[in-house]
Amino acid sequence: MSGALREALAALPELFRAHVLLSFAALAVAIAIGLPLALWASGHRRARVPLLTAVGLVQTVPALALLALFYPMLLIVDRAAHIALPALGFLPALIALSLYALLPIVRNAVAAREGLDPSVLEAADGIGMTRAQRLRLVELPLGAPVLLAGIRTAAVWTIGAATLATTVGQPSLGNLIFSGLQTEDWVRVLVGCAAAAALAILADALLALIESGLARSAPRRSLAGAALLAFGLLASQLSWPAAAGQERVVVGAKNFSEQYILAAALSERLRAAGYRADAREDLGSATAYRALAAGDIDAYVDYGGTLWANVLKRTDTPPAPALRAALTRELARRDGVLVLGSLGFENAYALAMRRGRAEALGVRSLDDLGRVSPRLRLGSDIEFLSRPEWRAVASAYGLRFAGTRSFSPTFMYRAVGDGSVDVISAFSSDGRIAAQDLVTLADPHHALPSYEALLLISPKRAHDARFLAALRPLVGAIPIDRMREANLMVDRDADKKSPAEAARWLLPPRR
Amino acid sequence: MPSAAPRPTVADVAEAPFLEIDGIAKRHGGQPALDGVSLSVSTRSFVALVGPSGSGKTTLLKTINRLSEPDDGAVRLSGRDVREAPLAELRRGVGYVFQGIGLFPHLDVAANIALPLRLGGVPLRERAARVAELLDLVALPRDFDGRRPAALSGGQAQRVGLARALAAAPPLMLMDEPFGALDPVTRDELGRAYRALHDRLGLTTIMVTHDMTEALLLADRIVVLIGGRIRADAAPAALMRGHADAAVEELLAVPRRQAERLATLARGA
Repeated sequence: MSGALREALAALPELFRAHVLLSFAALAVAIAIGLPLALWASGHRRARVPLLTAVGLVQTVPALALLALFYPMLLIVDRAAHIALPALGFLPALIALSLYALLPIVRNAVAAREGLDPSVLEAADGIGMTRAQRLRLVELPLGAPVLLAGIRTAAVWTIGAATLATTVGQPSLGNLIFSGLQTEDWVRVLVGCAAAAALAILADALLALIESGLARSAPRRSLAGAALLAFGLLASQLSWPAAAGQERVVVGAKNFSEQYILAAALSERLRAAGYRADAREDLGSATAYRALAAGDIDAYVDYGGTLWANVLKRTDTPPAPALRAALTRELARRDGVLVLGSLGFENAYALAMRRGRAEALGVRSLDDLGRVSPRLRLGSDIEFLSRPEWRAVASAYGLRFAGTRSFSPTFMYRAVGDGSVDVISAFSSDGRIAAQDLVTLADPHHALPSYEALLLISPKRAHDARFLAALRPLVGAIPIDRMREANLMVDRDADKKSPAEAARWLLPPRR
Repeated sequence: MPSAAPRPTVADVAEAPFLEIDGIAKRHGGQPALDGVSLSVSTRSFVALVGPSGSGKTTLLKTINRLSEPDDGAVRLSGRDVREAPLAELRRGVGYVFQGIGLFPHLDVAANIALPLRLGGVPLRERAARVAELLDLVALPRDFDGRRPAALSGGQAQRVGLARALAAAPPLMLMDEPFGALDPVTRDELGRAYRALHDRLGLTTIMVTHDMTEALLLADRIVVLIGGRIRADAAPAALMRGHADAAVEELLAVPRRQAERLATLARGA
């Protein structure tokens, strides 16, 4: 068995458990809200169209965006009402998925009720059933097949959409899919997809069994389906007993290879110190910092310049030591976040060229590049040209390129490799710089801000001596060359390593 | 016709007002469907409400068990306003049979028949015995109890509908075109069977029909409703002799002509 498969399978049970729990809870909430809503709407003709439109509208919001939106919304509620709502993880995922599941449930429930034979309802009224009796004895059993078909649809959607919960810090099978996609680890992606698909098929089959039992008035069939469903649910929730007395901590990661490797390295250190460390991967930049400040994650690595611009909203570019000092002071004052220190490398924007081309043109620094730029073409990632860093560096060195093109990172490196462009906006810790024999150009005027990798600790761990002692050895321990090589291990196509393997290579276990 | 009790005459019907319909008015979208209808029905009588479609006869029938609420007027059952009792209680005390039958497709015949008993809190064992008795009453084999409504013919289904309406032994039966969807032979057979039950069980029956012949053959008293008003109220024999109202006469023309033709044929001409 390959290392990638072994690692994916090792992560599977816990993610599967979380995925089942989240999907089931979301479905249960959607049913609990959707059925009374449908009951009410089917009795009020005027309410029906607005209601169905509203739940339909929720569906038009992409699931990913819906999940992401609940994070800031919960934070606002949190601040306004002073209730300590967990804004990251289970709650926002639950709310978003429940809303998402409402449409098929409400629509089918309304349709189930409207599809009932009027003469049967007249008979029910005629023999003196109360409204509740009519609902229980006639409408529910007769409408059940249509109702359950809606629940089946909702179940399949919810199980699929629950993979997106990963992006708001709720572990799910999406963890395998997202991290696999980022590191181009297809085994991981396939394991995640296959598990989610199997779960959806199984849930659908068991609900279909209940449905057919209800449609054929074969209660044993329905009971068997319900019993199997309940058993599966319970069985999936049996987790291996965690080592007693282990304290659980959460490490965050954004959505690219270096972040996965660093999160794995932090987790490894914390486990060695006796903690039970879980990772929350694929967080957005803004989400990750807010989650740390709110204590939803305990530690993660972010970059000086990003925090400087995004959190502190600063536009100046002080040198690295000054920036780190200012960040340490400001983040502690604002949010109680501890900047434990720099890991020892930067992941900054750096303009890079092929070594041969740079030497032929005599370009070693951005000053040199300014002289020849009108003859050269620039390739950048999608956002670089709209970022303040680009405006700063262009005006500082008088860069005016003959042409510019934007690429996704993989293609950007290919473009400079085959000469489609001459200069690219590389990431300074990217392993492909060394692998493709690129040179990064010096920035003598410090136009580009410092992007030191800083180890950030949440307020609730800022005074936890054991926690800090476990992570402190990482400060200054990762030189840029080693980080580049570790990144390359994960990003390259041949002899690919998983982030965890790269992390173990990066930080060999100490005695 | 097998009949345990002699047919009551019109004179008998006048005594105790078991059911009293008093000035019922109802408008459907501005148009009056019922325009101040009053009717007194004594116990054990069999009243047919006859009229063309849209005459308000079904609305009037449904006013009695409050499937339709009037805009004005009152219905009293044994002297008590039907609006006084809880709705479910009122309806459980009144049998209701209609053209749509409305058997519950997810329940077998026995469960359909026993449903009013179940609602009334009758214990399970008693229900089973009563179902057998009711199947006998409507002349269905007892082994029909496990059948699904979908497996029944139209006539069988309406017999089950009848058994269900009779299950809680209501003194009053409301029937809305009960045999309208059946073929002529079944229709005649079931009509006569019901009339026999009506007599044997001492029921009071109000039956809506648009078929004057059926009304004449089954009922003791025929109330003709046209445009939401009562235009005739008489015993079948009296009606057959003629009526002053031209519209009522028009309704009587068909059965009269058919009867004469059949009589002629019977004489061998």
